[in-house]
Amino acid sequence: MNDITFPLRWRIALIAPALAVFIAFWLLPMGALAQLSGDGHAFATYRAMLTNPRYMSSLGATVLLSAAVTAATLVLSVIAGLLLARREFALKRTLLALLTFPLAFPGVVVGFMVIMLAGRQGLIGALSLKLTGDRWVFAYSMSGLFLGYLYFSIPRVIVTVMASATKLDASLEEAARSLGASPWRIMRDVVLPALSPGLIAAGAVCFATAMGAFGTAFTLATDIDVLPMTIYTEFTLNANMVTAAGLSIVLGLVTWAVLALARSVSGSAVAASA
Amino acid sequence: MNSITASLQPAAKPRPRLRLPGARTWLAAGQWFVTLLLCAFLIVPVVMSIMAGLTVNYFKGVSSGLTLRWLAEVWTQYHGSVFLSLEVAAATLVVTLLTGVPAGYVLARSKTRLSRIIEEFLVLPIALPGLASALALLVVYGGFTVFRMSVAFIVVGHVVFTLPFMVRAVAAVCASSDLRTLEEGAASLGASFLQRFVTIVLPNARPGIVAGALAVLTLSIGEFNLTWMLHTPDTKTLPVGLADTYASLRIEIGSAYTILFFIMTMPLLVAMQWLGVDATGQRSAAKKRVTASSSKSPQP
Repeated sequence: MNDITFPLRWRIALIAPALAVFIAFWLLPMGALAQLSGDGHAFATYRAMLTNPRYMSSLGATVLLSAAVTAATLVLSVIAGLLLARREFALKRTLLALLTFPLAFPGVVVGFMVIMLAGRQGLIGALSLKLTGDRWVFAYSMSGLFLGYLYFSIPRVIVTVMASATKLDASLEEAARSLGASPWRIMRDVVLPALSPGLIAAGAVCFATAMGAFGTAFTLATDIDVLPMTIYTEFTLNANMVTAAGLSIVLGLVTWAVLALARSVSGSAVAASA
Repeated sequence: MNSITASLQPAAKPRPRLRLPGARTWLAAGQWFVTLLLCAFLIVPVVMSIMAGLTVNYFKGVSSGLTLRWLAEVWTQYHGSVFLSLEVAAATLVVTLLTGVPAGYVLARSKTRLSRIIEEFLVLPIALPGLASALALLVVYGGFTVFRMSVAFIVVGHVVFTLPFMVRAVAAVCASSDLRTLEEGAASLGASFLQRFVTIVLPNARPGIVAGALAVLTLSIGEFNLTWMLHTPDTKTLPVGLADTYASLRIEIGSAYTILFFIMTMPLLVAMQWLGVDATGQRSAAKKRVTASSSKSPQP
């Protein structure tokens, strides 16, 4: 580049600190982690791990849970996001502020919110006791975790949906309507395709977050069978560093693959937000 | 008499009448229902935990009376974690400012393939699970006891995790303003590189720096995945303390501690709302569009 106002030595000097931090405290440690996970004979170690039914069922459960959370979040957020992006009404700012308030909550606090809703002294339990005579308590299980990840993802995805929805061209929908298309058809053939790059990007981030989330599961119950919890137990209780490292690498690879796939499908949109 | 006609009337009406509101109205009603339900889902537990932290006995309900006792108890027991979290967040912010702002600027100004690859690499720590980053740090640096036991170890973890947010926020703003032209103008008038960096680049990048800084502070205060693995009994941050209380103590204490967390993050959230920044450190697209279109409008 012949950019005389920004000589190469300055470029190097300005990027060097960030690169140094990144290499010293992330790249190098990750390399060490990968090496440790091989335990001298990488192929055999990984084969033993990948054929272990307990670890694989844990991985399967994590993937299923993350996929379910992503699907539910996308559906609910599209419904709410479209409403918020395209209608003007009193108190809209307040509603928006309420919906985005949990954005800053860490996983532990989200877990506590689930306990408030569905725990032993929770709201859902109290309501169901009155209505059916049964106390529904499901916070400390996979369904509680599902609720927690939903709580965590919905504000983020609503923000993304609203951002893409404001870019929609309303005249396309009017054209479809004037040609007699039903609301469902307009939704399926006009609105959703226009939103899809943003949705794929948001969905991928949502999936990746749910795969790696640890705080919520930790607050709810330490025996929930998801991969981050398994890694944690291997590391602390069993002091099995090799397996913990290997499972972390597997978890990282799956997450990274999903993000990369989403990016190749939706083009540059993910690069901006992922 | 009255009740009979009232109960007969709906049956007497032909069925299609009942469907008078068209599909569109039903859809809109459903949309409102879902939106309000989501809002309740997100806010009701927050309100419940605030109430729980202020009631004498949550099991008996609000009728047992309101009290600040739990808040006071939490404060005497855990105020150390609040200050530690603030210190860690401040230190993290300083490091990310010093390293992230120049990096964001370079990445926005360079269009080479290498700079794209570097950018890809720099955001990896947020794409991959925090647990993996924490384990990796422990593998390499766990043996250096002095470093391992100090707050610096946690700051390092937070820097790794928050740096991408700062870099991206700064790079986004730098890329959208035409820095190159401005800098060429200044250079032709004899300004040195450092002069240009301080008087042109930094002021122009300020919205990105502010957005990135807010994101870094919020993320650092709430970070748990890495911190839980990296902390020692002497370096408990606020989320670590929260996890402890949730696991072992009564619900009123946990709720009071959560109130403390809300109070701490509230100013940051208000600032973000006010500046139109979302928690990922990027200005909302709607706002960007407005500024983009308003800057374009003078041109024909």
